[in-house]
Amino acid sequence: MKILIKNGHIIDPANGVDKTADLLVEGSKIAELAENITSSADVVIDASGECVTPGLVDMHVHLRDPGLEYKEDIITGTKAAVMGGVTSVACMPNTSPVCDSEAVVRYIIEKAANEGFANVYPVGAISKGMAGKELSEMGGLKDAGAVAVSDDGKPVSEPILMKHALQYAQMFGLPVISHCEDLSLADGGDMNEGLVSTYLGLRGITRAAEEVQAARDILIAEAVDAPVHIAHVSTRGTVDLVRQAKKRGVKVTCETAPHYFTLTEKAVEGFDTNAKMNPPLRTEDDVAAIKEGLKDGTIDAIITDHAPHHIDEKRCEFALALNGIIGLETSLGLGLTYLVRENVLTINELISLMSEKPAKILNIPKGTLSVGADADITIFDPGKEWTVDVNKFKSKSKNSPYDGWKLYGKPEYVIVGGKIRVKNGELEER
Amino acid sequence: MKRDLLGLKGMSAEEIKNILDTAKTMKMVVSQPNKKTQHLQGRTVVNLFYENSTRTRLSFELAAKYMSANAANITASGSSVQKGESLIDTAQTINMMGTDILVMRHSMSGAPGVIAPLISASVINAGDGMNEHPTQALLDMLTMYEKLGSFENFKGLKVAIIGDVYHSRVVRSNIYGLRALGAEVAVAGPATLMPPQIEKMGVAAYTDVREAVRDADIVMGLRIQLERQKKGLFPSVREYHKYFGIDEEKLKLAKPGALLMHPGPVNRGVELSSSVIDGPQSVINEQVKSGVAVRMAVMYLLSRGGFNR
Repeated sequence: MKILIKNGHIIDPANGVDKTADLLVEGSKIAELAENITSSADVVIDASGECVTPGLVDMHVHLRDPGLEYKEDIITGTKAAVMGGVTSVACMPNTSPVCDSEAVVRYIIEKAANEGFANVYPVGAISKGMAGKELSEMGGLKDAGAVAVSDDGKPVSEPILMKHALQYAQMFGLPVISHCEDLSLADGGDMNEGLVSTYLGLRGITRAAEEVQAARDILIAEAVDAPVHIAHVSTRGTVDLVRQAKKRGVKVTCETAPHYFTLTEKAVEGFDTNAKMNPPLRTEDDVAAIKEGLKDGTIDAIITDHAPHHIDEKRCEFALALNGIIGLETSLGLGLTYLVRENVLTINELISLMSEKPAKILNIPKGTLSVGADADITIFDPGKEWTVDVNKFKSKSKNSPYDGWKLYGKPEYVIVGGKIRVKNGELEER
Repeated sequence: MKRDLLGLKGMSAEEIKNILDTAKTMKMVVSQPNKKTQHLQGRTVVNLFYENSTRTRLSFELAAKYMSANAANITASGSSVQKGESLIDTAQTINMMGTDILVMRHSMSGAPGVIAPLISASVINAGDGMNEHPTQALLDMLTMYEKLGSFENFKGLKVAIIGDVYHSRVVRSNIYGLRALGAEVAVAGPATLMPPQIEKMGVAAYTDVREAVRDADIVMGLRIQLERQKKGLFPSVREYHKYFGIDEEKLKLAKPGALLMHPGPVNRGVELSSSVIDGPQSVINEQVKSGVAVRMAVMYLLSRGGFNR
């Protein structure tokens, strides 16, 4: 099948492309990028006034499959992904059983290939059972198809285990994604420690809980000369730590999520459990620092930390509510609305942070519109306003604090491996 | 529309004054030999307590009974909560049995606000985590009001609240209520038990108890949970009492005749010395009586639709 995308604003940061042109897809690959392609095609998409970008890569999502399918599964999670313009996701291993074996990695890859809507790259566990004691069989995980390792959701508390993980994973070229949280300092808290926690009488989590462990992991990575990727950066202090480390030449990368540049601890007022996440929402100053880090290249990727939870896990006492929000169907809109329209980033920079750069960290051949590359393409009108309606989400879960928000830019067409998965903003069933 | 009492945050001075004036009348009932009124005749009050309590639970129960309500008590330890029933399901079950007022104590901040929008019964927060304990603050204010004689005298009144401010729902409700009436609030305690940026709630914050107590009209001690020592929040009861306990010497820094208060139960010799508990300035026992009266007032006003006059 041939798909011809006409007159789109082609944005391909990996190749420095930023121009109006046509793009031809043949089979599963990108065949040609040129002005005025006249080749015949089975489908012609008029992309006038729209951006044509690499399919977005979200290197941090929770698909909850296997074991927690009441929250999400690989099918619904990847439907949500493509509806948000995301064509590749890396899914975290805190499933049931934990993704710490070749069997679980293979299960995820196989189910995604047979029934999914987007490319799925499993992240294996750092430690067996994510118990923080013994290293998982990383070589086997890599061979089975895992692209990184992480104990996300839990920190690796023992420094020596993190040292060994960085050394061992490096042999196999597996990035280590570190959920930085000193549990002793976090002290069982439920939200950021500050004015709002004082007002609400909720237990606070000091920013130091994140920063202490980020500093620790950066120093360990520096000592053993291995790469480390800091997950979901939420504070100014962590941004500063990564910036300084990069200047010293440490092999550190990091990511943040839209909620850390669009929301603050104030969102918790009224005990809104959809504002409960880990790390917690911080302050205006932290939001400013996150934006600075995105602008100056300190932060390498925008991820969603898509964390589906059943309504009963959110409609309850704040302290009992589970951490996290879903994000796949709102990340592009939040980036365009709060970063591009507010002149924090150019649209090219945003797309790079949401495709090219995370693909590079994971060493996956994605995030580009190069001729010969997999035809993963997202087409959207950055000026088109839409209103978030959680009831229209494809995700099984509805735990989003953005319900009712007006955002700009929603994918009109999403192509995954040469197959149209979203057409005129609607999901195309397989 | 039904009203709830989830906290004093956002409550107007007029509403608070109405509750306190009503409570003043109710206190006369509590002082009578025949403690029976018809204010809640035929109504049903259920106390749902997820945390242990003696005085709060008993005073709600007696308050309901003095006003001829049907009153029942449920504690989490002897209920379906032990079988894993959710708060919402428990509350809806109680609601469907004809409950008009649901009084709830819960260990988690914000819990009453989870159920209030979902049930037809009026919800009274009898203490939620570290958030609020509105009837405690109201009974504290009633005790002050009776001594002060008029609401005018709350203006510029200096109230010092001492102790474990971080974990205290009593402090938060008192801050909202007292400030609404024009009082000045100072809080003090060890730095490990002071919540960050509390001064932005409109209070003066100190780690030196003497500074908070100096020239105060009211000195209120807060209960310290002795388990906090094990968590490393203070080194010992002995040292706590030395620096943060209220004794005669520290109380002397307050205005002559300043009232000494405590929400109870008191750890004698820890947050207060026995000499001040039993001394002439103590109104701790009076607070208990005010508690019944305030809870009568709150339930009566809720049954009439709210706190506005």
